[in-house]
Amino acid sequence: MSARSLIAVLGVLAVVGLLVFGLASKGGSRLQVGDTVPTAPLPQLEGGGSESLADYKGEWVLVNFWASWCLPCRAEAPALEEFQHQHSKSGFTVVGIDTQDLSDDARAFVERFGLSYPQLRDADGDIADEYGTTGVPENFLVDPTGKVRLVAAGPVDEEYLQKEVAPLLPGGRS
Amino acid sequence: MSRLVLLLGVALAVLAPAAAAEGDASLTEIEKQVMCPVCGTLLQLAESPQAQRERAFINRLIDEGHSEEEVKDALVAEYGDEVLALPPGSGFSLSAYVVPIIAFLIAAAALAIGVLRWRRGGSGGTGAPPSAGPTGEDADRLDADLARYDL
Repeated sequence: MSARSLIAVLGVLAVVGLLVFGLASKGGSRLQVGDTVPTAPLPQLEGGGSESLADYKGEWVLVNFWASWCLPCRAEAPALEEFQHQHSKSGFTVVGIDTQDLSDDARAFVERFGLSYPQLRDADGDIADEYGTTGVPENFLVDPTGKVRLVAAGPVDEEYLQKEVAPLLPGGRS
Repeated sequence: MSRLVLLLGVALAVLAPAAAAEGDASLTEIEKQVMCPVCGTLLQLAESPQAQRERAFINRLIDEGHSEEEVKDALVAEYGDEVLALPPGSGFSLSAYVVPIIAFLIAAAALAIGVLRWRRGGSGGTGAPPSAGPTGEDADRLDADLARYDL
């Protein structure tokens, strides 16, 4: 292969590589049932610590992506808090992930709705991208092994939580 | 005395705007330099509720007396580097500035080499010399054709 051909091939490869990188960095598709959830640590909304979903291994976790500016998130927050209250003693917790939001607004949201479950911050939306979310709210039920068992792309309500989530939990009705 | 007043006037005229530019931050200027991360557009162009919250956050910091850089740092702390319309000039983001320059230099070098080769090929004398004109039968036919149009 001549030097000129080699340069042309390298140029084409560079352009294709950039296109692939651009597409890949836009995030993949939404996590599906059976997929393993990302376990990168995230800062806690309150306090200076960080937490990872790996810290909840052995528990059922409902991962709830939300933001204070999201109206449907306001609608589902009381149902999530009530569900947390009912099931927190049976190896289950809701984990809220506040994404692309101002921390003061997020803290005001938590206070306004009296949310008692753990809250993490995904400031730049990278974790939301890893889950493949397309907006907020989105909910992922994660089993004790760290695999997705349910996906709800949109707000959940009391009926959904009781009918779809509760039966999967320890001692849940089926 | 008048010379002293004149000097003071000149010094104020030069230093005052510089000091103002350093200390004052304005929403209009910052809006041009940061994104509304949720909207995916410049904050200046965004009208969503998220953009309004971001503006309120910026205004609050301005009212507290923070400089433009401090406001942008606070926005990065809230939303990450992606809130900046122009990526920072360090780490991987530096490639956003370096890659176009390298690409331009490579393209310019390729163009220069191409032009040099083309010029060398044109004046190298390796090809046949330009023809002096038709000869023999072609020359007779050309003469006949020209004679036909001779007025």
